Amino acid sequence: KGDAAAQKQAEPAVLQPTPQPKDDFQEELVVRPLHSGDIYASFQFRTLWETDFMRGNKVSHYRLFPKSLGQVISKFSVRELHISFTQGYWRTMQWGQPYLPSPPGAELWVWFQDSVTDVDATWKELTNVLSGIFCASLNFIDSTNTVQPSASFKPLGIGNVTDHRFLRYATLPREIVCTENLTPWKKLLPCGSKAGLAVLLKSEKLFHSSFHSQAVHIRPVCQDWQCKTTSWELRQTLNVVFDLHNSGQGKREWSLFKMFSRTLTEACPLASSSKIYIDITDNPEQFELSPATSLLSQAMVLGDRRTFSVYDLTQQDTFGNCTPFCDMLRPLLHAERYVAGYGLQTGEIHTLMYNHHPYRSFPVLQLDSVPWYLRLYIHTLTVTSKGKDNKPSYIHYQPSKDRVRPHLLEMLVQLPPNSVTEVTVQFERALLKWTEYTPDPNHGFYVGSSVISSLVPSTVAMDTNSTRERPLFSSFFPCKEESSYFVRVYTEPLLVNLPTPDFSMPYNVICLTCTVVAVGYGSLYNLLTRSFQIEEPSPGLAKRIANVIRKMRGVPPL
Amino acid sequence: MFLSERRRGQLAALSIAAVVIIVGVPLWWRTTETYRAWLPVSQIKELAKLQLQLSADVEAVFARGTVTPEQQKKVPLTQTQEEERAIDEDTALRYRYETRYRTATIMEEDALNQPSAAEADLSLHTLSESPCGSLVVYVIPESSSLLPEDVNVYIGQRRTALLRIGPQMRVGKTLEQLLAHLEPRIRQVLQVMSFSHNDITAALSDRVRFSPDNKESIADNMRAFKSSPGYEITFSLLNPDPKSHRLHWDIEGAVQTYIQPLLTKLSPVANFSIDSQTLYYAMLGVNPRFDTSRSAYTLNADSLAHVINPVEARLGSNAASSNPVLNFLLYVPDAQHSPLYIQGRKKQEVPSNAFHSPRWGGIMVYNVNGFYGSEPEFPVDININMAKVMGVFLAQLRLLLGVQSSTPPPGFLVARCGSTGLADWELDRLMWSRSVENVATATTTITSLAQLLDQIGNIVINDNIAQQVSSAVTSLQLAVAELEAGNLGFALQYSKEAILASEKAFFDPSLLHLLYFPDDQKFAIYIPLFLPMCVPILLSLLKIVSEARQRRREKQAKKD
Repeated sequence: KGDAAAQKQAEPAVLQPTPQPKDDFQEELVVRPLHSGDIYASFQFRTLWETDFMRGNKVSHYRLFPKSLGQVISKFSVRELHISFTQGYWRTMQWGQPYLPSPPGAELWVWFQDSVTDVDATWKELTNVLSGIFCASLNFIDSTNTVQPSASFKPLGIGNVTDHRFLRYATLPREIVCTENLTPWKKLLPCGSKAGLAVLLKSEKLFHSSFHSQAVHIRPVCQDWQCKTTSWELRQTLNVVFDLHNSGQGKREWSLFKMFSRTLTEACPLASSSKIYIDITDNPEQFELSPATSLLSQAMVLGDRRTFSVYDLTQQDTFGNCTPFCDMLRPLLHAERYVAGYGLQTGEIHTLMYNHHPYRSFPVLQLDSVPWYLRLYIHTLTVTSKGKDNKPSYIHYQPSKDRVRPHLLEMLVQLPPNSVTEVTVQFERALLKWTEYTPDPNHGFYVGSSVISSLVPSTVAMDTNSTRERPLFSSFFPCKEESSYFVRVYTEPLLVNLPTPDFSMPYNVICLTCTVVAVGYGSLYNLLTRSFQIEEPSPGLAKRIANVIRKMRGVPPL
Repeated sequence: MFLSERRRGQLAALSIAAVVIIVGVPLWWRTTETYRAWLPVSQIKELAKLQLQLSADVEAVFARGTVTPEQQKKVPLTQTQEEERAIDEDTALRYRYETRYRTATIMEEDALNQPSAAEADLSLHTLSESPCGSLVVYVIPESSSLLPEDVNVYIGQRRTALLRIGPQMRVGKTLEQLLAHLEPRIRQVLQVMSFSHNDITAALSDRVRFSPDNKESIADNMRAFKSSPGYEITFSLLNPDPKSHRLHWDIEGAVQTYIQPLLTKLSPVANFSIDSQTLYYAMLGVNPRFDTSRSAYTLNADSLAHVINPVEARLGSNAASSNPVLNFLLYVPDAQHSPLYIQGRKKQEVPSNAFHSPRWGGIMVYNVNGFYGSEPEFPVDININMAKVMGVFLAQLRLLLGVQSSTPPPGFLVARCGSTGLADWELDRLMWSRSVENVATATTTITSLAQLLDQIGNIVINDNIAQQVSSAVTSLQLAVAELEAGNLGFALQYSKEAILASEKAFFDPSLLHLLYFPDDQKFAIYIPLFLPMCVPILLSLLKIVSEARQRRREKQAKKD
């Protein structure tokens, strides 16, 4: 199979100056011992690429950025894409705020370019392609669980288009996350799981945890503070909470090997930075890190100044263990939700939003997307704080259409200091058609988490300089003011029982109807076709016996 | 009175039976039938018996010194030859060669007086451009110095060929003898430049199960991708060892310089899109063996089949389209396994250090140990020589796309293809076989769809499917007609439309909405209704019939 064309070329040793790559890869792991004794590990991988996907140019050349996602961006004219898969529920009160919040199940929200004409068709196609890329059932996203929030999900990257016609948001609270979702996610990393921090991502350990969440965020960001050049940022995050109490030997000590059953030997050679941060803010004297590191770093995260010891993997390091005891900053914003009521006809959704700040009140945006089969009675919507009526300053409500679209309720509510605000709304359960029930209808039907976004007043001054070199985990949500920081809180998803019929009923009904029809028809038919005639009344019993006797005697009958 | 009462009962039974048969049965039939739009079944059946006729136009031009002045007067004449070949019982091929003879114009004479064949070819091309699918053969005298000694036919870069008249055809022979001498040779030129029977039967392989003569022709037929309206070309740089090698390849410039001209030329045949990516830590599936005699690692030809699989998992499919993907991989072996050479079947080294996999793509191993220097300091920055790489990939691309460079018969000289990498006549050749292949594929798709729909009565046929089928049939008929007329460009266009429409119809998801109810369930539902309704009707009908028969018998008895 020799190719003749190759022979004619000699091999000149070309040594041009190597071009500066336009892409950059960083990786980071934050380990935070939690108040409850669990260990929170958060991986972030960021690929920056200075390119323009929207060019008409058909040729596209990828180096660090994964080709499959690049093709998705350019084909579907995506401006921002955020997708997360989560198993388990983040316990805000015990664990504090996560670096990147996500609701249980799958969540997808996408901003399209304003050049897209048919957003719904593009969205449908995009979800199908993404479900292939991530091996998830995102193809179940359709118009009945897609909403267009008007205020809650603003673009996180640059760009001032805020016309929510180009935004689509959907959740699949039922989605179960497992290894088959992790493998394609790892494949998007330039080093795969062969080198760098991704070596630690071993699925047996990751899914043997209290909480697991993996996400992909794509957005355009500024390259410099003047924003002359823009680049695309792909941020892959993976958050996991290990319960070392249960799995460990009861000792309050941990190591990377105990958590992940792997150790780190090298950084990813393609990464420009590869760092591990250990949160030692709470009671640093009780920590004993081995090997010790002299690098300390302070970062403003979620309204709190925290101290981290930093291990730079590009230097040679090995790891030991340490013993944590710490006290946690109480989260200022917290929310929970439940269904109340009895019977299978009506019910009531209660959402509780806690403001733990001692003296500041702040506004929150609440977003609820409720499937159409719960018919919300919007006139029963009440918002109360401290026993008093709290009128929302902004309400955006889009009623549902049966089998077409869900309810969308967005409210801007002011939370008074140190209070609980309760939002209640009543609903009626709809009867579904018998083919619309899931295979296990008695399990119940999921209602996605309610999303609460807010700018929470901060106790320390936040860093607003967006271009300064900061750890990845503290730089995701853009920070515009010094006195507050952005927080998004997801409530629990709800599981609601709907009235379920006896599923053999259709057949029974068919049989019963047919029988009734046949019986009615039969008697009618008999009436119509039988010929009626007068019959001689039959002789009485005595006469018949007498006749028999007479016959035996040879006498003619009566 | 007794009789009339009986009669009334009988009439009632009969009329109920009549109502059930006239109203009930059609109503039941109408409400339970599946919607099936009308399909052009008779036309599809016609297409199942495919009669393909390929027409090729050849213009033979006599240069000065090949014909005598008397013969010149008779010369503007046309000869038509037909050849018919049956492939199997359903497919028949007919070739029609139309040769028009004329003498050269003065300008053409000037062009033919150029010093070399290549220059003559170029200046003949500037004189007139022959349409796609046709050929011009210039017959030059034996004494002409245009061609080297042992070359009789020169095939240019465009659609022209120079044919040197044989030594036995000295002036003085009659025109008939001359034509009889030329005709088989023109046919030979045509088979090289347009189509040969072998190409066409290979293109029909979708319709016809034929047993090729030897193994090699099977391999040839299997190598090229199937005809498709578009292809995705993906270049992947595999760097299994990013710790020691920092690779730089100017793929963007290389694609512009080497690949794009070819694809622009091929644009009538298909649409192409090009991507490239770099994959790190991508290993081959086989551990290369260390060859102590050459102090190098070798990959055996037998193990090459196992190389691709683990890499393919990393390549990723194209998310944005469903066209077939041509993969070209450039593998830079890691520092520990370097240099790496591919060994052929006879233990000899493959000079290009590359191989291709039929209908999949090509892999090239690029050794970089020459860049290490005396004391290598890892990671080493390496600029890949794209000219060398693209030379190999271009050759593989031509093979995989079916631009076959079959060896010409003895005495033929084929001009080197220019900067575009593809001569006009090669494109024509590809278009001929692609048109035939498209027609063959589309007819098979449409006939098997019709067969399937005919066999399974429960499939719903929506109007849009019927429309797709009709448009596929129309395009097919047009494509066949254009092939017959010799309009190659239109034929390819219509055959592409036919293949698109037929595939769209065949893979329409609505065909899956099969209204499938097993017979036992149908009976379970119908019996509670039908049994109590039909039994009395049947019984009373039987009774009426038996009574009528008895009455007739009684009448017969009375008569006797």
